Amino acid sequence: MHEMSLCEGVLQVLEDEAKRQNFQRVKTVWLEIGSMSGVEVEAMRFCFDAVIRHTLADGAKLEIIEVPAEAWCLNCAQTVTVKQRYDACPNCGSYQLQVTRGDEMRIKELEVE
Amino acid sequence: MCTVCGCGEGEPKIEGIEGQAQPHAHSAIRGQHHHHHDHAHPHDHDHGHDHHHHEHTHDYGQGAARAHAPGLSQSRMVQIEQDILGKNNQYAAHNRQHFAQHAILALNLVSSPGSGKTTLLTETLTRLQGKLPMAVVEGDQQTSNDADRIRATGVPALQINTGKGCHLDAHMVGHALASLPIDDGGILFIENVGNLVCPAAFDLGEAHKVAILSVTEGEDKPIKYPDMFHAADLMILNKIDLLPYLKFDVEKCEEYARRVNPDIQILRVSATSGEGMDDWIDWLQQQRP
Repeated sequence: MHEMSLCEGVLQVLEDEAKRQNFQRVKTVWLEIGSMSGVEVEAMRFCFDAVIRHTLADGAKLEIIEVPAEAWCLNCAQTVTVKQRYDACPNCGSYQLQVTRGDEMRIKELEVE
Repeated sequence: MCTVCGCGEGEPKIEGIEGQAQPHAHSAIRGQHHHHHDHAHPHDHDHGHDHHHHEHTHDYGQGAARAHAPGLSQSRMVQIEQDILGKNNQYAAHNRQHFAQHAILALNLVSSPGSGKTTLLTETLTRLQGKLPMAVVEGDQQTSNDADRIRATGVPALQINTGKGCHLDAHMVGHALASLPIDDGGILFIENVGNLVCPAAFDLGEAHKVAILSVTEGEDKPIKYPDMFHAADLMILNKIDLLPYLKFDVEKCEEYARRVNPDIQILRVSATSGEGMDDWIDWLQQQRP
């Protein structure tokens, strides 16, 4: 969707944390991206490289941890793995699913100096 | 660079805010640009860049291990565990608090361009005019046409042009609140940029997202754009007066919407013929704090 603004959001967190945690450069960024977060991982990589130029994260490596989506099936009363929001439960075919994991868009950790 | 659109020279602007044509207005509204940071903290940047761009090993004592040996890396790991949209969510929480304090019902209206959002809105305002305080924030890439249509009903409206941006964010809305008067106990309608993708992820501090889908669109839109219909609490199926002329399967559409969001409420409405408008007005009254 708007990977460029997401990358800008990442950079903003890096700049804030650099002041708070006293570091000057970011070498690696680990992001957790859920499969239902709407983020296109390849677009994210492309935008990340553009956004970090001439910043404290210039040349930093982007590591993306993809988080598969899970949902709670009300019918089966158990957690099932799903790919998309409109997927039916793989066990019973019901659409009464509550997505419990896969919305993540988080900065997990950084390698800094 | 603009955080909304990623452009170098996009021009989000909020009506009535002076200097909006100037490059700095961009940062004044966004408040999140690199150059904004540079201005606010020139010293930090000077030191950091001077040392580090040229000779990394000069910065002794910053590493966690206090490793002073020449050439030894000063790298360390920092746990962050922060939401990428954390900043937006902070602004959204602030807006939400403001709405709660003033008992304002804020609604974020989302749809494709051309779903009849503005017509639905003007019709709604006309019906509720004089009964309760209302105000409208209009988001579009360009022009103030929509805000002009709203103002014609007598309700105050503020246009936000996002420039190249594809959605409103919580910071823009917070800024708009500062110059848009709305009395306590009223309803604030935020008409988002016509887009069924990006606005889904950006919390503005609203009580509910309301997705408007017109029957002139495909009935499978809820599963084509699942994130938006998942994020919405209410789906308005608009322009139902046109159903006799179209091959639009209402039941199917509603089934698709419930697939992506089992809890979604659905109203069938025609802003033009007035059908279903009473249900919509009732829904609004029920949501008021």
